[in-house]
Amino acid sequence: MKDELDAVAATTARIFEALWSTGTEPGDPPYWAPQVWEALVKAGFTLLPIPEEHGGAGASMLEAAVVLREVGRFGVPVPLMETALLAGWLLSATGLAVPAGPLTAAAPDAMGARRVRGGYVLTGTLSKVPYGHIAENVVVVLPTTPPLVMSLDPRDWQWVRGRNLCGEPRDSINIEGLFVSEEWAAVVGSDKEINGSELMIRGALGTSLLIAGAIEAALSASVSYARERTQFGRPIIAFQAIQQYLAQMAAESAAANAAAMSAATNAARNGSPDPIFVGASKVQAGRSAGIVARLAHQVHGAIGFTQEHPLHRYTTRLWAWRDEFGNERHWARILGERALSTPGLWDLVTRDTPGEGT
Amino acid sequence: MLPLLETALLPIGAERLRKEVRGFLAEQTAAGAFVGTCDSWLSGWDESFTEQLAARGWVGMTIPTKYGGHGRSALERYVVIEELLAAGAPVAAHWVADRQSAPSLLRYGTELQRQSFLPKIAQGRCFFAIGMSEPDSGSDLASVRTVAQRVKGGWELYGTKVWTSGAHRAHFFVVLARSEPLGPDRHAGLTQFIVNLRGQGVEIRPIPLLTGAHDFNEVVLNGVFVPDAHVLGEVGSGWRQVTSELGFERSGPERFLSTFLLLASLAHHLESSSSSTTAETEEIGELLARLITLRQMSLSVAAALSEGSEVDVQAALVKDLGTRFEQEVVERVRLVSHVFADQDAAPGTLAYHLARSTLHSPGFTLRGGTNEVLRGIVARALGHQ
Repeated sequence: MKDELDAVAATTARIFEALWSTGTEPGDPPYWAPQVWEALVKAGFTLLPIPEEHGGAGASMLEAAVVLREVGRFGVPVPLMETALLAGWLLSATGLAVPAGPLTAAAPDAMGARRVRGGYVLTGTLSKVPYGHIAENVVVVLPTTPPLVMSLDPRDWQWVRGRNLCGEPRDSINIEGLFVSEEWAAVVGSDKEINGSELMIRGALGTSLLIAGAIEAALSASVSYARERTQFGRPIIAFQAIQQYLAQMAAESAAANAAAMSAATNAARNGSPDPIFVGASKVQAGRSAGIVARLAHQVHGAIGFTQEHPLHRYTTRLWAWRDEFGNERHWARILGERALSTPGLWDLVTRDTPGEGT
Repeated sequence: MLPLLETALLPIGAERLRKEVRGFLAEQTAAGAFVGTCDSWLSGWDESFTEQLAARGWVGMTIPTKYGGHGRSALERYVVIEELLAAGAPVAAHWVADRQSAPSLLRYGTELQRQSFLPKIAQGRCFFAIGMSEPDSGSDLASVRTVAQRVKGGWELYGTKVWTSGAHRAHFFVVLARSEPLGPDRHAGLTQFIVNLRGQGVEIRPIPLLTGAHDFNEVVLNGVFVPDAHVLGEVGSGWRQVTSELGFERSGPERFLSTFLLLASLAHHLESSSSSTTAETEEIGELLARLITLRQMSLSVAAALSEGSEVDVQAALVKDLGTRFEQEVVERVRLVSHVFADQDAAPGTLAYHLARSTLHSPGFTLRGGTNEVLRGIVARALGHQ
């Protein structure tokens, strides 16, 4: 399994090295990397964990995880998490058609659907939808009982464009009386866990993996810079103060990676992500993101604070992603509530993924 | 960059083993055999408890059966020791022998040494201490000045070891000494010796901790005779051996669970007060998240170590993060609980755990190599790539 995962990661890295110019400024048109997306589609990486009968690659969550980690490491603006982990899941799990994408997904609080003949009439607001105006389909899961999943065609929509701290599109729109044909809508069966909070868990897992990748990139950039930059007649890596920072960043990198990969491993083995493992990984990712971004900038000095230097491509991602799909406090509260009820703290710590380890 | 560690999966049967340990601990607690304390792996010395564990096959678990052990895997051992640590069980007596002396003997010891020490370690009747630090050699271990002089049939050791936990109760300690004069390569010419702590020429003096407790000792070696049969590994290979031993010493669950009982006690306190605020809930949740992460990291290192991988650097990272976490638990619990830290309170109360954890906390980031020195090791590994 490890060799297969390494091969998937290496293929992804080759695509990014060949097609993604780090000189492209995020937040400038076209706001994403369509040429990279095409290559990912060709490689079959955009719908990795979606079953084959729904048009996906039928791979495990772990393969999707290593690809997402690479997306974070290279800082490529593509809606891979939104397509593979969120929208693709909502569609395939409810038996709706899965288009090739790019796709995005949302779980709006303020949206309602009225049943009419042949479909539904939808009214409400979509807020800060990732890659909204890029997506060919917007998949929503409504907070109705039972939940309702709909695949929306946004071709004629007038999005209000927005962006997050790293310049990725986060677009909003008011929808008023949109007719959705029933072939594009599915009522979630009572036996299925498909709802807004499950979408949130998946988003937190994906974001944790992206953060783990971006942390690795920020650490790597900092090590390279510290070896090259000379002050007081020595490369600054020779100074203990800098060494302490780099080691602290390496520890945070290892922690964020271990947390996200163990959550992904658990999801791959259990078939769905677990809120405790994922919550722990998002808390860790958010915490590590802040520490690493701060120390990476400190090591780089003023040059890292400029647009000319690529460091900001990673640090702005860390700042953006740590707040998306639940920040540290959000997940800490969920974990804390579980810890303060039965079965209690230690049982949560030792709830392991059943394995064939030795 | 450092190679990323793979997620470790626990073996089939681990859950059953965990239940057995929990059942045993519940029985022992109910019978009043022990009251759980923080940092119990350092100072919870209880030889009868160790014998009970040994009788269940939970000491020397990874020692092969032909040496009287149980031939269990490193991760099975992990399950047992994390349960013991989380309960604050008194495991100090066999801790060093079980964690590092037995693996060292297996890796570097002679057949005779394995046969004579390992069965007794697994029976919980042979305890070891660590003979590394000296008055003038703390973090800079290669500067040790204890010398080993060649004599007929063996060696004579002269020097002083310090911070030797349990030396006054253990049977042996493994001494790192200079067996050749210091040359240009300071890592050369060092050798490990198995020294009988009750032997002639060994003088043990207590060094009370700031609490007044007697765990630490100064051990003076005044011409102690060590037969050739008690040289551990190769003469001159001491540095390499010690380095690999430190991988075991730095990444285990004792590097982030020393204050677990305090955290659990806070959770219990908040649970029973039944009106925990959002802020308190979030504090517990954040610490829980980091604990889950540290455990995954530590398990990965344990799995990699058992496969013979070189993971010294990753072990150093776990120790740095884990021991700072232990200290942070103390700070957070102090602020959240508003409990008066009281070392004279009844053992097992939050006030007692808080007092003990606070008073023990400076040691967390010192023992096993100061965190600053460990970070230097990590930074060098990063820079060399």
